[in-house]
Amino acid sequence: MNEKTPGAVITAIASVSLVIMVFLLYFLLQEGLPALREVSIRELILGFDWYPTEEPPALGMAPLIVGSLSVTALSALIAIPLSIAIAVFLSEVAPTWVQEVLKPALELLGFLPSIVLGFLGMVVLAPWLQESFDLLSGLNLLNASVLMGAMIIPIVASLAEESFQAVPRELRDASFALGATRWETIRKVVFPAALPGLLSASLLGIMRALGETMVVLMAAGGAALVPVSIFDPVRPLTSAIAAEMGETPVGSTHYHALFFAGLILLAMTLGINLISMWIEKKGKERWMA
Amino acid sequence: MSRKYVDRLASAVLWTSAATLVIVLLSVMAYILANGAEAISWEFLTQPPRDSMTKGGISTPIIGTFQLVLVSMTFAVPVGIATGIFFAEYASAGIFTTMLRLCVRCLAGVPSVVYGLFGLSLFVIFLRFGSCLLSAGLTLGCLALPLIITASETALLAVPQDFRLASYALGAGKWQTVKKVVLPAAMPTILTGAILSVGRVAGETAPIIFTGAAFFAPNVAKSLFQEVMALPYHIMVLATAGTHIEQTRPIQYGTVLVLLMVVMGVSSVGIIARARLRRKRK
Amino acid sequence: MKKSAIALAFAASLSLVGSAFANNLVVNGSTTVLPIAQSAAEKFMESNPEVSITVSGGGSGNGIKAIIDGTTDIANASRFIKTSEVKAAVEKGSYPVPFAVAMDALLPVVHPSNPVKDLSIEQLCKIYKGEITNWKELGGDDAKIAVVGRDTSSGTYEVWDEKVMKKERVTPRALVVASNGAMVQTVAKNKLAVGYIGVGYVNDTIKTLSVQGIEGNVKTVLDGEFPISRYLYMFTQGWPEGNALKFINFVLSDAGQEIVGKTGYVPLR
Repeated sequence: MNEKTPGAVITAIASVSLVIMVFLLYFLLQEGLPALREVSIRELILGFDWYPTEEPPALGMAPLIVGSLSVTALSALIAIPLSIAIAVFLSEVAPTWVQEVLKPALELLGFLPSIVLGFLGMVVLAPWLQESFDLLSGLNLLNASVLMGAMIIPIVASLAEESFQAVPRELRDASFALGATRWETIRKVVFPAALPGLLSASLLGIMRALGETMVVLMAAGGAALVPVSIFDPVRPLTSAIAAEMGETPVGSTHYHALFFAGLILLAMTLGINLISMWIEKKGKERWMA
Repeated sequence: MSRKYVDRLASAVLWTSAATLVIVLLSVMAYILANGAEAISWEFLTQPPRDSMTKGGISTPIIGTFQLVLVSMTFAVPVGIATGIFFAEYASAGIFTTMLRLCVRCLAGVPSVVYGLFGLSLFVIFLRFGSCLLSAGLTLGCLALPLIITASETALLAVPQDFRLASYALGAGKWQTVKKVVLPAAMPTILTGAILSVGRVAGETAPIIFTGAAFFAPNVAKSLFQEVMALPYHIMVLATAGTHIEQTRPIQYGTVLVLLMVVMGVSSVGIIARARLRRKRK
Repeated sequence: MKKSAIALAFAASLSLVGSAFANNLVVNGSTTVLPIAQSAAEKFMESNPEVSITVSGGGSGNGIKAIIDGTTDIANASRFIKTSEVKAAVEKGSYPVPFAVAMDALLPVVHPSNPVKDLSIEQLCKIYKGEITNWKELGGDDAKIAVVGRDTSSGTYEVWDEKVMKKERVTPRALVVASNGAMVQTVAKNKLAVGYIGVGYVNDTIKTLSVQGIEGNVKTVLDGEFPISRYLYMFTQGWPEGNALKFINFVLSDAGQEIVGKTGYVPLR
């Protein structure tokens, strides 16, 4: 066998990822863009009426986009502070035996299937919310956000912990040597040093929340409206796709609009991914300097 | 407020947040265990659903999940390892490598429902596989691919440079070095990465809804072109569709428990094995 | 080592491929019809153990598409075939044949303490549009109406949309619940609520309303008197043959129609 052959084969197989990405973009564009033939982009993105089964369908995705953003924002608000607290705890405060138990447990929690969270939201959290806050329904923005928060805590906390760990030991020692307490060291030295990593960890958590489907499909209530309270139901982009894809005739405007929704999701998550990559790169460069 | 007092207070807050997480986690697990345990029996694990899914077991979804994992890994493991080898051993700085890296990173962030749309248009419609085990398995394979690539590359890079140099010194070529020295040394770590991606794949629902999950199939799929039942989809179906949502609640809890045991079991094997390997290296 | 692993995996996947079994029947389509199809498939297989029926719920649109493409034997649909779909079928030279297998009827429901007994379609429409917001306007107490609806992707919503709302839109302030069961629970707990459920879900915790003076029950639905109802269909590719024919015949038989009743829909006779 020629010594060059294996290298060529490996390179060829490696390009499968490139091919998948290209196909992914191609199919989403091919199936999503035809929506613009029937509806203007302005109406599609800024329209507030999502009545896809009407004749002709009203395909304003603003409530869906706002739904996605509101669940993501609220869950980030719940999860990020807690995740960072847990990361600080794991990296700076916890005794070794706690670290040894908690770190793998946290990682394991990251594997919790989202359908399980969605199920708990539906059968446990929803009735409880309904009773305790005297609501008409417990399937709402708050329910989905709490579960989504639980979903992204392991991701954000693990990554944040890594970025705390990456802060050189010497910085802490220097701070202690100057007489600073542990908390002062964390707040004034470790935290600022780890900031790019924390930002990127939070962004990756947000990206995950934005793209998560089952939790919002089962627990968010599913009404395509712009929420004014945390007890209002929402219908994020992901749950609209999952719930409506099967019911619509293949090739209809609604079908294309759902692919367009996928395109919006892809654009948002890719954007966040690129920003977090940029932050990571900046952060690394800082340590190099 | 004295500095010391603030320091203590901060520690207390941090301990509390960690403890809260642990307590919530444990109580959720205990709750599922308590509600699911009574549904689980030998019959539940070995019988297919009966009587409009209000009775019987979940053997078909269990086996379906297993088949989906098998198909996805048959695709993702070889391709993922090869790509890892490319990055770790063959890649030269250049536009192709940069693009490929960007793709892998972006694929890792693509929402699972978008993978579903992709699988629907590529495998189900364009390649005419139809909604079946093969389409759903390949869709899940695409989703797992970036995980395996990253795990493989990290594992290969962790193999000490001396190994490669020693092999070259003995006159081995690049491919021989990779095949006989580097890959075997990295294999255990790569496999733990693959095991972890199995944990991820087994619990996914959104990508299989339109690509191959069956509401009900009486038998285990005997061909790649049949639809399969899967545990996550079965939970969704029982909890949201049909006329017996309340009656099947014990079965729902049982299915949730089984799915959790499968996913958490596989993932903990991966996590523990990886921790062992890391310790050995040190 | 790797090569042999790949070879093994390849061999395993090949053995999985095999040819599809001749006695395989694939049923695809509407989630509304799923419970009927699933129960019927189970019973059918009890007496025909050589046949294997797979039921999946891609939705009416997917089911009809699958019939046109010939990738499924039977398509469940909670609506009749659309003009655009007929056109597509003609282009592909296929001829979907509909069989009505059951009726689906929706009853308006309120809390048992609510004095209102009857509403007209027009009143229901105005309630759901958000024009009538107080029970006083309907002969009830002076209290706000809590409107409860279903999400737009459910088959139940489609019927309500078609038969009650016609071209009007449900107010965005309406609460949305995910299932018939959740609707019963919600309405049973809320004195001000109004909702709608399938006939199979009626129980003592809620009160059903008559519509235009007509009580909703099996008889009035079958007579066509009760206005909020629709047919559920199974489509086949051309006139059914073999197992597809047997299965459709079974669904339409007495035993099959009994299943329809048990799953919460109205049998055809």
